[in-house]
Amino acid sequence: MAKSADKVHSRNGWAPLTDSTANRTSLTLDSVLGSVEIVEETAEKFARNAGFDEDTASQIAMVSREAAVNAIVHGNKYDPTKRVNASFEITDKELTIQIADEGPGLDPEGIPDPLAPENILRSSGRGIFLMRAIMDEVHFRMLHPGTEIRLVKLRVQKEIHQ
Amino acid sequence: MSMKFITREVNGVTILDLSGKITLGEGGLTLRDEVRSIVAKGSKKILLNLADVNYIDSSGLGELVSAFTAVKNAGGELKLLNLTKKVRDLLVITKLLTVFDVKDDETAAIAAFA
Repeated sequence: MAKSADKVHSRNGWAPLTDSTANRTSLTLDSVLGSVEIVEETAEKFARNAGFDEDTASQIAMVSREAAVNAIVHGNKYDPTKRVNASFEITDKELTIQIADEGPGLDPEGIPDPLAPENILRSSGRGIFLMRAIMDEVHFRMLHPGTEIRLVKLRVQKEIHQ
Repeated sequence: MSMKFITREVNGVTILDLSGKITLGEGGLTLRDEVRSIVAKGSKKILLNLADVNYIDSSGLGELVSAFTAVKNAGGELKLLNLTKKVRDLLVITKLLTVFDVKDDETAAIAAFA
């Protein structure tokens, strides 16, 4: 079994930004849909801790959910022997969320543009598009095996408004 | 929390009052199944009231599109009513707002069906 998220949470906690060690956590999760909820909730808490407003935090949580769904459903294909690693980090400049699976690998360039007229009525294929629309940076790394998605949201814009 | 819905009929239009989340899993499958069931029973005017849908993801967007095309392919019409800001924002980002006929008033929405 993978480590329970609760153990990891209790080790790192949700302390305020003043404690730098509390601004990072890593989870090793089973390839089940319940893990999607854990990633989503953790992402939302980190986004709020990073100072993003409720709407933005909700959007960050939603695209983190998309990444977790990709990892579990399309990457690991619910394989009970495969894990999903999720890490969350707040720095002075940004919030970074990384989701890695152990699947066959994803070619992000091979995904059709969901805005193209011929694709607009497709029932799937909008997850990565939403990640790119909502986050400031989306990076893919091939792990051989597996895919790592790194989602970055800059905190700078928030500071400008303060 | 998964999605819940209540189905009612007004002036020949089947209205689904949805609440909760439309996401991957039970909620989304419920919407797809319900819309297909309504179409199978012969109703071709369907209005999805999304006033209490506070969350949707890409799978949920896919469910809305699937419902739209299923109704359209059966010769019917599916419209959306009362989008929350979160849902509207995602429909704008994905350009699906250009696909759906979206209304903000139930009476006007019912009158808009051919």
